[in-house]
Amino acid sequence: MARPSLRTRSPEEQAARSARIRASWLLSTPALILLTFAAFGPLLIVLAYSFVAPGEYSGVVWELSGQGWFEVLFTRDIFDDTVSLAQAHLSIFWRSASLSLLTTLITLIFGFPTAYFIATRPERQRPLWLFLITIPFWTNLLIRTFAIMEVIRNEGIVNTVLLNLGIIDQPLQMLYTYGSVLLGMAYVYLPLMVLPIYASMERFDFRLVEAGYDLYASRLDILRLIVLPIVKPGIVAGSILVFVPSLGAYVTPRVLGGGNNMMLGNLIELQFGQGRNWPLGAALSITLLIIVACALVFYVRAANREDPHG
Amino acid sequence: MQAPAPTDTTSPLPAIEARRVTKIFGEGDDAFQALDAVSLSIRENEFFTLLGPSGCGKTTLLRLIAGFEQPSAGHILLEGKNISNLPPYKRPVNTVFQSYALFPHLTVAQNIAFGLQRLGKPKAEVADTVERMLRLVKMEHLKDRRTSNISGGQQQRVALARALAPRPRVLLLDEPLSALDLKLRKEMQIELKRLQGETGITFIFVTHDQEEALTMSDRIAVMSEGKVLQVGGPREIYDRPADRFVASFIGDTNFLPAQVISTAGPRARLAVCGVEISAALPEGVEGPALTMALRPEQLRLEAAGAAGALQGVLKDTVYFGTDTHFHITLTDGTPLIARVQNARTAEHAFRVGEPIGARPQADALQALHD
Ligand SMILES: Nc1ncnc2c1ncn2[C@@H]1O[C@H](COP(=O)(O)OP(=O)(O)OP(=O)(O)O)[C@@H](O)[C@H]1O
Ligand SMILES: [Mg+2]
Repeated sequence: MARPSLRTRSPEEQAARSARIRASWLLSTPALILLTFAAFGPLLIVLAYSFVAPGEYSGVVWELSGQGWFEVLFTRDIFDDTVSLAQAHLSIFWRSASLSLLTTLITLIFGFPTAYFIATRPERQRPLWLFLITIPFWTNLLIRTFAIMEVIRNEGIVNTVLLNLGIIDQPLQMLYTYGSVLLGMAYVYLPLMVLPIYASMERFDFRLVEAGYDLYASRLDILRLIVLPIVKPGIVAGSILVFVPSLGAYVTPRVLGGGNNMMLGNLIELQFGQGRNWPLGAALSITLLIIVACALVFYVRAANREDPHG
Repeated sequence: MQAPAPTDTTSPLPAIEARRVTKIFGEGDDAFQALDAVSLSIRENEFFTLLGPSGCGKTTLLRLIAGFEQPSAGHILLEGKNISNLPPYKRPVNTVFQSYALFPHLTVAQNIAFGLQRLGKPKAEVADTVERMLRLVKMEHLKDRRTSNISGGQQQRVALARALAPRPRVLLLDEPLSALDLKLRKEMQIELKRLQGETGITFIFVTHDQEEALTMSDRIAVMSEGKVLQVGGPREIYDRPADRFVASFIGDTNFLPAQVISTAGPRARLAVCGVEISAALPEGVEGPALTMALRPEQLRLEAAGAAGALQGVLKDTVYFGTDTHFHITLTDGTPLIARVQNARTAEHAFRVGEPIGARPQADALQALHD
């Protein structure tokens, strides 16, 4: 601890230094309070809930129990006590993961060109386009989701038009399918993909594109070798911003997926609600957190490693 | 390896030819004519400079040659072939951008290799050429640095190496030295000249610095407001400016009104501020009233009153180290500046406020087109 540099400090310097340290602690208090009460505190409570027994009607009984964690993956037969994998949970995990990945992919496919389009508009027009992109945020998520439902349900706009045009003679079942959940999620999360990509694209120096053309690069080369590597931080940020909330999505799968297309968020809600199994709900919440954390680490690593010129 | 570009300057075809190239940006009321029927012929292996004030269309002309813009009218020919409609990546022409536009996510060596790789050159050849280019611009020691982490002068050299590596027929340089400080700039001027000699590539160089243009170029095109006013070697441009703009843009110039007294073939006798002087008249320049250009260093100062010298009053002297500027007002009110080299020993004998004589050297007066 007692490094030479510390010993040579004069008392005044010491005093100034400790004043600075005090000031910096003082300034970080709001952040610390926020972290304690908004992040770590609730997390610890959830963690504690996952290790106790469920109460009879709801809530928990404060005695140590591994039951919640056990039920994340396994079920015990009520009659003969045999243990088997919880198939329903596994398929929900799988559906959540695949839906979130596909949502990320779809928003990327549509979001990247959108961001590129906005970033290449004259500077005066860009705020307008950004404004248009953010308009959906103005409406409540639930209302937006019901609006999609209105469009794709059996008596909805799409089916009515197709029926009247004689293209189909039976309404297409679009609502309450895997596809309808995907559509809804992609729609809801698209702005979260566009904005970070736009932010990094806006700083992109488009003269580099001309430099690329000048050096015999084709359009594809320019995209692959110049634009993508440089705006990659925006793509990574956008993908994270879409993937993470997708994994825990609740409203969209509930409204557009019906009962058959439950996702992790709905399963968790079920345990805290009708299921009256708070420890299982808490364990599932922590599981979700772990999946997200692992996915992020994996994704960021992969994004940093990949280098087209390596 | 590609065969080196032919260095035969008598080659019948110019490297680049612009035929009445016009460029109009925008439409309707917003339309702006950046180039007005520009015709130029740039020879193989020439160091050719486009010189002109800001906004005169130099960059526009370069961008048309590179293929980033299409001409509104006219054609651009490369070694006799019309390339007006080829995209930039199909033209054997490379650019050193004013902003350098180096790829920030790549290293120095990867930047230089970029064009060669896009042309599908074999790996060994790419590595070989990159090494040679690094040596040529003296950047071997920094080849694995990211280009965002090197100095301005170094970036400039990488930009040069990157554009030279694919061995283009023509290299376009858009004010590549303007971001450098004076000392580095002088060094790079010499280096650019050396590179051009060693590679045998045609250079088209843009600058608005007349001194840079005069020291580096084989030929110069002086541009103003989208037009080419004069094309010629540095001496020719400096000594025989075709019009008032060229004369004032390149070096300092005195403009003197003159009346034609008599003409004999290409020469004429003129009255300039009451003094009779003989001068050559270029084609198309006719009297009776003319404007003559006279460089300040082509005057000799003497005591007032002698025949054949311009007469006036010395108003001011300004000391510039190597020489002194004498500000004179001639008897008819025309201002005149004379530049005289400072002698190491004696002070000059002229006093401010007193009469003085200024004698132009033989054939120093240039008649200008208006
Ligand atoms: N894309 C464009 N749209 C409209 N006008 C343009 C465009 N590009 C250039 N201009 C105009 O054309 C004129 C010539 O521009 P250019 O860039 O060729 O000038 P320059 O000679 O290179 O000047 P500088 O020395 O400042 O670089 C300018 O008045 C400019 O405003
Ligand atoms: Mg320019």
